[in-house]
Parts: sequence; C-alpha cells; structure tokens
Amino acid sequence: MGIYLLDIRSEKLSFFTQAGEVKALDDVTLRMREGEILGIVGESGSGKSVTAYSLMGLTAHPGKLIGGSIEFNGHRIDQMSEKEIRKVRGKEISIIFQDPMTSLNPVYTIGNQIREVIRLHTGKSRAEANAHAHELLTMVGINEPERRLKQYPHELSGGMRQRVMIAIALACEPKLLIADEPTTALDVTIQAQIIELMIDLKKKLDMAIILITHDLGVVASICETIAVMYAGKVVEYGTVDEIFYEPAHEYTRGLLNCIPKLDDKDRTRLVPIEGVPVDMLNPPIGCPFAPRCNSCMKICLTRVPPETVLSSTHYSFCWLQKKMEFEEGAAV
Amino acid sequence: MLKYVIKRVLMGVVALFLVATITFFLMNLVPGGPFEFEKAVNPAARAALEAKYGLDKPLLEQFKNYLSHALSGDFGPSIKQRGREVNDIILTKFAVSARLCGITVIVALVIGIPLGCIAAVRRGKWLDNLIRVFATLGIAIPGFVLCTVCLYFFCISLNLTWLLPLGLATPASYILPVFSLAFYPTSYIARMMRSTMLDTLGQDYVRTAKSKGVANSSVLFKHALRNAILPIVTYLGPMMAFMMTGNFVVEQVYVIPGLGKEFISSIMNRDYTMIMGTTIFLAAILITLNVLVDIAYKIIDPRITLN
Ligand SMILES: Nc1ncnc2c1ncn2[C@@H]1O[C@H](COP(=O)(O)OP(=O)(O)OP(=O)(O)O)[C@@H](O)[C@H]1O
Ligand code: SF4
Ligand SMILES: [Mg+2]
Repeated sequence: MGIYLLDIRSEKLSFFTQAGEVKALDDVTLRMREGEILGIVGESGSGKSVTAYSLMGLTAHPGKLIGGSIEFNGHRIDQMSEKEIRKVRGKEISIIFQDPMTSLNPVYTIGNQIREVIRLHTGKSRAEANAHAHELLTMVGINEPERRLKQYPHELSGGMRQRVMIAIALACEPKLLIADEPTTALDVTIQAQIIELMIDLKKKLDMAIILITHDLGVVASICETIAVMYAGKVVEYGTVDEIFYEPAHEYTRGLLNCIPKLDDKDRTRLVPIEGVPVDMLNPPIGCPFAPRCNSCMKICLTRVPPETVLSSTHYSFCWLQKKMEFEEGAAV
Repeated sequence: MLKYVIKRVLMGVVALFLVATITFFLMNLVPGGPFEFEKAVNPAARAALEAKYGLDKPLLEQFKNYLSHALSGDFGPSIKQRGREVNDIILTKFAVSARLCGITVIVALVIGIPLGCIAAVRRGKWLDNLIRVFATLGIAIPGFVLCTVCLYFFCISLNLTWLLPLGLATPASYILPVFSLAFYPTSYIARMMRSTMLDTLGQDYVRTAKSKGVANSSVLFKHALRNAILPIVTYLGPMMAFMMTGNFVVEQVYVIPGLGKEFISSIMNRDYTMIMGTTIFLAAILITLNVLVDIAYKIIDPRITLN
C-alpha cells in the first residue's frame, strides 16, 4: 500500500451521448492521505460530481471510464467487479448527496433505510442493527431517535433528512466520506450546522472527507487541501495556504478574485468568471480556460499546458507558470 | 382509515342512487319498451303484460316502487326471461365473468409488470425493442379482431377443439378468452411500467441505494419497484371497469355465459329490470374496487393521506 488513501492517476471518463462524446474527465490526477479533508471546487459542469461518483463505481448510464487508474486503500477500484465494488460502497467509501429531500426513499421508514446499510455490511441481526441505528441518530443530533426511526422521510425537515443521510453514510465507519454539495439545498443556518456536524464526526471517527462545494469560505475554514477543477481537469492542486496565497493558475486566481476579502466572515458564493463555460462536446485544443483567460498567450491556444510542480503538495497546469519557471531558470 | 372507508361507503351509496336514477329515466326516455315487437301485438295482451310488471303506472311511482324493492336487495323478476329473478341471473352470470376477469387481471399484472421492468433495465437493447413492439401491437389491435383471429386460427385452421372456450367448462377453455382479454391491459401495463421504472431508476434515492452497496436486484425490486408501481395501482380501477363492462365482445365471440353479454342483450331487449339490476350491481362493484385500490395505494405509499 502506498502512502495515499486515494490515488487517482490520469483518469479519463467520457459520456457517450447521442450528440457525441462528452469528455467529462480528462486526465484527472488527485491524491489524498488518510484522515485528510480535500475540497473540490470549480464551476458547474467542471466534473466534480463525476469524479466523486467514479470513485464508487457509480458512473451514470452513458458514462465510461476509458483510461487511468483509481487506487483506494491499496486496491484498484477501476478494476473491481460489480460484486467487489459493492463491498466498498457504503462501507469503505460513503457519499452524501446534494438534495436531502429526494435522496431518501419515500416509501420506507428512516429506520429501514439505516438498518439496510448496517445489515448489508455487518452480520448484525435486525435488533442489533436497530440499536445501532438508534445510536447513529443520536450521534448526528436527532432527538427522539426511537420515534424518528419509525417515521418516513416526508415527516422530517430538510436539515433532519441530511442528518439521516449522514447517519447512513457513517453507519459502517467508512475510511472516506464524500460530501457532494451537502448543504446547497438547505437554508443558511442549517448549512452551518451540517458542516459543523461533519467536522465533529470526522474528528470522532477519523475518516477522510472529500468536500465538493461552491462555498470557498467553507473550503478555507475546514479543508487541508484543495483541487480546483475546470472543464474536466484538475487545473491546480495544493494545500489551502498554497491555493489561497500562491495561486498558480489563472482560473484559480479568477475564483479568488470573486471573494472580496479572504478573512471575510461572510461566506461568499462563487460569482462566475466572465465568459461562458467550455462546450464539453467541442473543447478547445489548447488550455480549456484560454477563451476566458486575461493572460492568454499564443501557446495556450494550441497546446495543452503541462504540469508545473511548485512544491511537493502543489502543482498546476498553466503555461504562465512554465514561462515563469523558464525565466527564473534563465535569471539564475 | 376507518373514517375514510365509512365516508367512501356513504359517497358510494349516493353515487349508486344517482346511477339508478339516471339509468331509470334514460331507459324510459329511449323509444320502445319491453313489449314492443316488430309484429303487431294484441293491445289487450300488451296492456295486461304491462300491468303485470307495473309499467302502466306513472313513471315516478314506478321508480319509487323499484327503489323500495331494490333497497331491500330485491331487483325483481326479469321481464324478458320468464320465471327468473334478476338477482339469480346476475349472480350466476357474474360468477362466470368475475372468474374470467380475475384471472385476466392477475395474468396482466404478472406478465405486464416484469416485462415493463425488463424493458426498462435493458433499455435500448433488443429485448426492450421486442417488448415495445409487442406492447404497441397489444394496444393497437382491437379486442374483437383479436378474438376472431384467435378463434379462427386455433380452433378452425389448427382444429384444436380442446381450446374452444364454449361455456368455460375446462381449464384449457380459459386460454383463448384470457389471452384475448389480457392482451390489451398487459401491453398497457408493460408500457406504463417501462416508463415509470425508467423514471424511478433515475431518481436520487435509487442512486443513494446503490451508494450503500445494495445489490442490483434489490435496488430494482425493493427500492424502485414499490415507487414505480403506484401508477399501475391507479390504473387497476379503470382497468377493472373496462373488463367488467367491456368484455361482452369476448363473451359474444367465445360464447361465454357472462354478465357483459347478458347486460348488452338486456339493453337490446329492453328488459327494464335486468338493465337496472345489472347497472346498479356493476356500479357497486366498481365503487368497491376503487375504494380497495385507494387503500392499496395508501399502503404502498405512506405519503398518501386518504380523505
Ligand atoms: N449522465 C450524463 N450524461 C451525459 N453527460 C453527463 C452526465 N453526467 C454528467 N455529464 C457531463 O459531465 C460533466 C461534468 O458534470 P458534473 O456533474 O461532474 O459537474 P459538477 O462539477 O458536479 O457540476 P455542479 O456544480 O453543477 O454539480 C458535465 O459537462 C456534464 O455535461
Ligand atoms: S495556460 Fe494560458 S490560457 Fe490557460 S490559464 Fe494559463 S495562461 Fe491562461
Ligand atoms: Mg455536481
């Protein structure tokens, strides 16, 4: 086993739609250590969710993994059979989705849905699973767990349903929790509570978290590392400090410019950068950000920028960095 | 739940009263009567007959008389089938129809639902296309064409006399009528099941189930089916109405002594008491079935509140 809990290398994933091939992930490289909190940011359609789902073998219908490797805890997820990967889902890797209102099955009780995941992955009896479900609800801060277990999703508020989703996700103490915009659908006061709860539980259970979000404030306050995605690529990766204080990609800079002040207490949402997102059916041949980049150079239009390694934890894919590297080299 | 059932029963009684009233007056509005034959009849004999069945009284009085009998559960004697009570006729004929319809509904559900599920899971593959072709055929072919073709092909061309449904005396005799009756609803259910299943499989909670490590079969049968089946349950009410009233073609072609055929011939013959009895009886059955369907709906989907 390597030093990483998760090691994604050059992942390529395409959706073969009727209109043509959508290269949703193009050469995504990412790694994370055990117990780390990784934030993935990027605008809508940049491939954040697709990356997350592919880690669990949950790529939706016309999508296919066509290259690269995904190693989790020393095992190749991308080479697992359906049966093998089912043992990973819900046990080693869990996920919380964006919309708690639609993520629970309306026709089964909360208890049924929590017990299901427990019984799937442990040898527990119904009664034991129920006792465990009871504990889980208490752990995620739901009062009257006994009564809640017998209720149906429509009898709970959005915030409570997201807590139930967290309970389901954490039932088998996974090594990795993926939270795909877990608070976007909730109102602001509840958002903070849910994030707080996740951080609390992370400390208790010692798992790694991938947090997908549009909220840079949350990322700055809780994540250790950040991956910035643009048009199906991780264009920059680094620690929070590296990304916020030494951004090395024009898109990252654009994102940060949208926040008035870094230490602003108000969490500011991403304001889209000028220009339109990439047409994923016909991506540009050079740097995908070139049409919207203020520092665009000739080479950006024709050649894909290569990796620039800035530190052992920081890399980016931008010609500007290569140019600076070259000039520094020449100056010495 | 009990409150709901009581409410529905009361509403059902009102509905039955309306059905009885409308049928009674419409029936009398239509020109002709039970004793108007093509040949001229002795007016005295006719008057005597009408007096015997109370048809000489004013319409309102006739209606009152009828209702008071009907309320005590007695639909009176048949006007045209001499010496027989409407109650007896309905019960014997209904036994035949109910068995046929019951088997048909079960066949339609047992075949239609899995076909729809298979088509949804294999969407775009050849099996899906095959099922869709059959379902479209089933919806497009009219019942009487299907009956006639079946009868001609199996019983005449192939001379498989044991398939002849006459009287529904043997189990084999059910095959053709059930096939002819079930083809449309099976196709309809399969098509509806396919589209609601496709829709359900794309729902967030199905993705949640998969993310928990639930096996594919369990995702399909536990998580998706129970949600996807709701529209089918809704369709059960109208479907049974269609079978109860619309199966006279099948009964006619296959010579089955069922209630549908009886109903049509009672209308043709202006057998007033039979028309009234059958209409009220069928309406009562349909109202009951619809209440049962509503209750089933509530059991399947906890979000539904009955009121
Ligand atoms: N089922 C699908 N069929 C076709 N294309 C898809 C499908 N799912 C995703 N894609 C494509 O993959 C790309 C990445 O989508 P993804 O959902 O990962 O975006 P995202 O970064 O999560 O955006 P958001 O912030 O809106 O959630 C999009 O361009 C989208 O068009
Ligand atoms: S590679 Fe060029 S176009 Fe792309 S972000 Fe860097 S400078 Fe801008
Ligand atoms: Mg997303």
